[in-house]
Amino acid sequence: MRKVAVVGTGHTPFTFATEKTSIELFSEAAMDAMNEANLKPKDIQALYLGNCLGDFSEGQAMLQSYAANDIGAFHIPATRFEGACASSALAIRDAFIWVASGYYDVVLAGGVERAASMGTPLATRTFSMFTDSHYEYPAGLTFPAIFAMLAHLYAKRYGIALEKLKEQMALVSVQSHYYGMSNPKAQFRKEITVEDVLNGFMVSSPLQLLDCCPFSDGAAAVVLVSEEKAKQITDKPVYITGIGQASSGKLSAQKDYLPRIRAREESAREAYDMAGIGPSDIDVCELHDCFSIASLIAAESLGLFEYGKAGAAWEKGETKIGGRIPINVSGGLKAKGHPIGATGASQVTEIYHQLRGECGERQVEGAKSGLTDTLGGDGVLCTLIMQRGW
Amino acid sequence: MEYKLTFKDYANALTKGKLLGLKCKGCGNITTPPKMTCQECGGTDLDIVELSKRGKIVTFTVVNVAPEGRQNEAPYIIALVKLDEGPWIMGNLIDIDPARASMDLIDKEVTIGFRVFPGDQFSPGDQARPVFSFA
Repeated sequence: MRKVAVVGTGHTPFTFATEKTSIELFSEAAMDAMNEANLKPKDIQALYLGNCLGDFSEGQAMLQSYAANDIGAFHIPATRFEGACASSALAIRDAFIWVASGYYDVVLAGGVERAASMGTPLATRTFSMFTDSHYEYPAGLTFPAIFAMLAHLYAKRYGIALEKLKEQMALVSVQSHYYGMSNPKAQFRKEITVEDVLNGFMVSSPLQLLDCCPFSDGAAAVVLVSEEKAKQITDKPVYITGIGQASSGKLSAQKDYLPRIRAREESAREAYDMAGIGPSDIDVCELHDCFSIASLIAAESLGLFEYGKAGAAWEKGETKIGGRIPINVSGGLKAKGHPIGATGASQVTEIYHQLRGECGERQVEGAKSGLTDTLGGDGVLCTLIMQRGW
Repeated sequence: MEYKLTFKDYANALTKGKLLGLKCKGCGNITTPPKMTCQECGGTDLDIVELSKRGKIVTFTVVNVAPEGRQNEAPYIIALVKLDEGPWIMGNLIDIDPARASMDLIDKEVTIGFRVFPGDQFSPGDQARPVFSFA
């Protein structure tokens, strides 16, 4: 298997409802990624595009083909990836595998979504399609409801009073908003307080408005190339050194393992084993904080903290820059925004720039190894480990 | 290989007051909602069994923001219930004012009934769903 590097990234601002089409958003990110890599559309051999809900947000399916044509990568094979909020992480993982195999040398991967453009009722309904449509959606299941139930389960399982847990969860949102201030691409660039979180509208108990990431529009794209090609392009290649992916059954089928998501643990172990490193070797982490409680659950399953102890880690500042393991210094899904099909590529973009030392105010100094954790629905997981190649 | 117990047959039984599951001849565990294979061991040698319709609430939430087309149902309570036979199922808790829902609901014993979700433009028609009442 060949080594595979990320050599270019593109990232639109993540925003509330935009007037740009999904193809326009993705094409802007794609051109930026190619420009950063000094590559032309004719150099791209395949496009792997994450998109979940184009069919519903603008009546546009098959946008991968039109996007390839829009950017001038004429007639290349273009494939859409749908794994709910992990779609573009899956696209990048597959791009890695195809380049590693030797079949392609240059693949463009990324994703796009216009979730904000759908408005809350339709977005809530369509996000619910990432649950079991026959056995669970009829109860009125929504995404906040899934993580709300996991929050109550978490409090019970680890013997943490709900009031205490909610304060810890609020601190997750407060930290994300703090770092979102220094990300020019972030949807929210506004500090919030624990009181703001705890005084918010109750979306699905115990999750209040600021425990939840927003609906967002945006796109992100990355260029993956072979080691040989990477050396021609840059003296600072970022190699993807570990990949993992795993799946789950419907939420009720995960039963006693909850609030842990076993697929995340399988995916993370696969990625760590492949990279030959462990959680303590990770210098910077972007994880899937679709809800405040989701951050705690993710950080524990990635091996960064003990089970039931992640909330205390946020309290102690261990997740801040200068702490044990800086988490979501991009602002995370909470402050940066969560255009679902683009989120995995956005996380990879952040780690790429962190490892290259290009993140300005929110730079984690000297970061050599980074990890992305992307969750789709109630259990599609993708883990990517990236390391400096110089 | 055909399904031993399809969604349609499971849902029809629910509307007749029966909660069905699948007992694995290999490992003895019960799977419900039904699947092609045993949730524990992946075995395919399964018998349809009628379950006791009793269990305990393991977690819950009060939903205030409902999906499109279901806003008039909010607020409503979704709960996960661990059946006496082991599997977990999801449904709505109907016996309590959502405003009074608290952590005290966890471990409360419930029995299982049904309601019908009439479906929406994205659904393939009526879908019977479990509901929970205090035992």
